[in-house]
Amino acid sequence: MSAIRVERLRVIRGGTVVLPELSCEVAAGTVTGLLGPSGSGKTTLLRAIVGVQRVAGGVVEVLGDPAGSPRLRVRVGYMTQAPSVYGDLTVLENLSFFAGVLGVSTAAVQTAIDDVSLIEFGDRVVDRLSGGQRARVSLATALLGAPDLLVLDEPTVGLDPVLRRDLWELFHRIADRGATLLVSSHVMDEADRCESLLLLREGRLLAEGTPAELRARTGEQQLDEAFLRLVETEE
Amino acid sequence: MSARVTGAVARRVLRQLRRDPRTLALIVGVPCLLEFLLQQLFGRHSPVFQHVGAPLLGLFPFITMFLVTSITMLRERTSGTLERLMTLPLAKLDLLAGYGLAFALVAVVQATVVSLLAFGLLGLEVDGPKWVVVALAVANAVLGSTLGLFTSAFAETEFQAVQFMPAVVFPQLLLCGLFVARDEMATWLRVVSSVFPLTYAYDALARAAADTLDARFALDVAIVLGCIALALVLGAATLRRRTA
Repeated sequence: MSAIRVERLRVIRGGTVVLPELSCEVAAGTVTGLLGPSGSGKTTLLRAIVGVQRVAGGVVEVLGDPAGSPRLRVRVGYMTQAPSVYGDLTVLENLSFFAGVLGVSTAAVQTAIDDVSLIEFGDRVVDRLSGGQRARVSLATALLGAPDLLVLDEPTVGLDPVLRRDLWELFHRIADRGATLLVSSHVMDEADRCESLLLLREGRLLAEGTPAELRARTGEQQLDEAFLRLVETEE
Repeated sequence: MSARVTGAVARRVLRQLRRDPRTLALIVGVPCLLEFLLQQLFGRHSPVFQHVGAPLLGLFPFITMFLVTSITMLRERTSGTLERLMTLPLAKLDLLAGYGLAFALVAVVQATVVSLLAFGLLGLEVDGPKWVVVALAVANAVLGSTLGLFTSAFAETEFQAVQFMPAVVFPQLLLCGLFVARDEMATWLRVVSSVFPLTYAYDALARAAADTLDARFALDVAIVLGCIALALVLGAATLRRRTA
């Protein structure tokens, strides 16, 4: 069963065609990586999936409903690329606010803050945190209320390797509970941490499948080599 | 709309303001300073101070809250938090009402402090009930907030948002009847002033100060409340769940 179904999605931003006609699916209960260089349309696709992107055509279905349906607003967690939290509030105040909007308990706030390893920073004003810490506050707000689908736009950028590993383990734990995660990254070495991949380039889907399938198809062991090979064959 | 979500927004806005004590001090302190200057300039018993003091007390919150709200909302738009909020179970009116509520509470503090100073130490006198003047000040603060929310949609930067203050507020202040009585104005100015909400806000204040709480006063208040509702609806229309 697929958690996300995108069919012939067309998006035009500022007169530029960002996604000419994109179709793809994300299987429920998986950690799917959306990979591609910066400018390939990853964020636009994610925005269309959470329902904040104006689209010029096509169908985006999320958990059985059209993307952006009011019913989905409690079922989908979204982490934007730039941290969308209030810099003048503390970590806890930010999370309490989002918890209040979602109507989830303060226990959920503690779980979320623990999940992103920020327990000892709860009373720190967000503007005084490092970039990576700020990104994790933003991630924690997306985790609130245990959504069925998590859409994460480059959640691990700029983090140290240990934290990155911890977060990927967290993503898999969340998927094990039955949720679906769609995680974008422009770093190919994160591809191996995903069960399934969507490779995007210039608004087109270059390939989809498991890392093993992509290796078999291209005969390359390194996934960034595989990506290059796919680009070459397409051209 | 939901009381829980509106409350969450209001609490969050108030917390943000509390993190910025200098802004709070300016919100309360500047009108106090201006009332003091006015009293010193014209003298305690001068008709000018007695005539202008009360309406100004009621109009300050409109000006401050217009500015503070439009900047706060612009930050929400440019920082990406608005986009994030639009993916959550939050009605647009929850957001706007939360802002209105938070700034109304700030206005209660502002108007109370300024009126204690003006009616107490500075010797300002009104014939009507003082609490009506304070209540009108709070209503004007909400009006300023809602207009600020609406106009912030047309500003791309904080520089632009700041310039909207004189653009939107000053013409209304000049024509509201405070400087020249409306029936002494050129006809076209009177016509223009009749579509400005501040005209009715001022008229209500002047009537409250003169203790003429008549039908015309009730109509003024109704128009101010109507303008608040209209600005809220217009403000909600500028919030888009989907953007380009």
